[in-house]
Amino acid sequence: MIVTRRETLTGRVLLLLLMAITVVPFISLFVTALHPSGTYPAGLSWPDDPQWGNFADAFRSARMGQLLLSSVLIVAGVVPISLLLGTMAGFAFGHLRMPGHRIGFLIFVLGLTLPFEGIITPLYYQVRDLGLLNTRWAIILPLVGLFMPFSVLWMRAHFVTMPDDLSEAARIDGATTWQLFRRVHVPLARPALSSLAILLFLWTWNQFLLAIVLVDDPAKRTMAGALGAFQGQWGTDIPLLCAGSLLILTPTLAVFLIFQRRFVAALLQGSIKG
Amino acid sequence: MTRRHSGAWLGWLFAAPAAVMYAVFVLRPLALTVQYSFYDWNGIGASTWVGLENYTRLFTEPEQFATILHAFELILFFSLVPVLLGLFVAATIRGIAQSRLAMVARTVLFLPQVIPLVAAGIMWSWLLSSTGLANELLSAVGLGRLTRAWLGDFGTALPAVGVIGAWVLVGLCTLLLLAGMSKIDPALYESARLDGAGPVREFFAITLPSLRQEIGVCVTVTIIAALASFDIVYISTQGGPGNSTMVPGLEIFYLAFSEREVGRASALAVVLVILVLACVLPVQRFTRDGSR
Repeated sequence: MIVTRRETLTGRVLLLLLMAITVVPFISLFVTALHPSGTYPAGLSWPDDPQWGNFADAFRSARMGQLLLSSVLIVAGVVPISLLLGTMAGFAFGHLRMPGHRIGFLIFVLGLTLPFEGIITPLYYQVRDLGLLNTRWAIILPLVGLFMPFSVLWMRAHFVTMPDDLSEAARIDGATTWQLFRRVHVPLARPALSSLAILLFLWTWNQFLLAIVLVDDPAKRTMAGALGAFQGQWGTDIPLLCAGSLLILTPTLAVFLIFQRRFVAALLQGSIKG
Repeated sequence: MTRRHSGAWLGWLFAAPAAVMYAVFVLRPLALTVQYSFYDWNGIGASTWVGLENYTRLFTEPEQFATILHAFELILFFSLVPVLLGLFVAATIRGIAQSRLAMVARTVLFLPQVIPLVAAGIMWSWLLSSTGLANELLSAVGLGRLTRAWLGDFGTALPAVGVIGAWVLVGLCTLLLLAGMSKIDPALYESARLDGAGPVREFFAITLPSLRQEIGVCVTVTIIAALASFDIVYISTQGGPGNSTMVPGLEIFYLAFSEREVGRASALAVVLVILVLACVLPVQRFTRDGSR
């Protein structure tokens, strides 16, 4: 490729600048978290006496252990259920192609752009009538429903590319449709499934609106919802708030850094399909 | 014959569980939103049919209508800035897309996408506060008289919220566009260079036309983020000062759960859903037509 030296240099400088803008807020959060609790530190100044204890204080006052457990429980509900239902429906629409599959799929796709605020009011009354308000099911069940359009679309896109011959061969061997699904197609769908799992994990963990509307007790919310409550409680103590925010960020950051390749690929594909 | 017939319909059995969850937790509430929007209801007592009154109030009361205008103003920051900036950056770094620096950048630029928007809101509330980094930088370059509490000032609060959204979305747009550019045949660039085209002509003649689909995706994602914004505004300004940063998402939340105006909240929700579709469908159409 013909690229001049000057262009390469401008490219590097620009990229570094953009990275700096991305990272500075994180650094500011970290530095501020180390200042004595209750102070209003200025800008990006390293404290004379870093207060590492702020993290422990924030961990205790936010009851972080409980929050982590709660978020894990919610994710453990949403992700497997969504994967299973989304894969089954994606298989049906993409591979079995039963009569009326086009219109059925179209109805799912219609939900893709729906803002959660569009249904939050009736959802509140519905969840209340089901007696689920203030339980984790109040977040899990609606989220599964709300994730269906994307999950079905994602899995259908995978199953459409699977050759029909594959199923023919299994059928001749006498496999039922369920066995065909379970033994042949699910194992082959593993890459698509793991990307979808990553996206669903992220969207569940970071879900805020459903958490604050449907669950009053921060200890039964998602991490993001709990962070909202934490801000209400500690909004005036900036260093402690920053320490708490960092703690709440850490799990997603850790998961992101471990699985970064898959994550980046999943997010890029995810926004293309969504 | 009959066996084959029942087999053909079997697919619906596979789709049924997903369809049930989708119907119960999305389609039913959506239908109820439309129904509620025609009533005056406080959520507890009896409801009265008011026809289109909730909608007419929405469009005639300036304060209500302002929330919709705010959402459109946010599109400038959430969509226009990230897409233009993303195009510029991606085009500039295209030549070094395979370098180690660019690999690191892929991870770093994704950080804002991974953290909860709530956390982005908290970080930036602090950066933009009266003693925050933004003001400190301004003072350092001799623009001290411009300093203010950016999120607390009537004139700057909405743009300040927009800056937070732009920060969240610019990395995603850059990487999406860069991924799109890497699919363009390098031979096209080679021949343009041999014809003596500079970076600017190259961009308009080759890069931009080839990126139709990726630009469409960026615009779609960011417009939805702007119109349906909630988390960032809730955390950073709560709609204030006054009503200067009130957006539809937040207004629905307040109307439904603080003011107990379920009917008016639902009317605004219906309008929001329609607005999102009205903005997103033309973009989809534009990009699909191009790819065929």
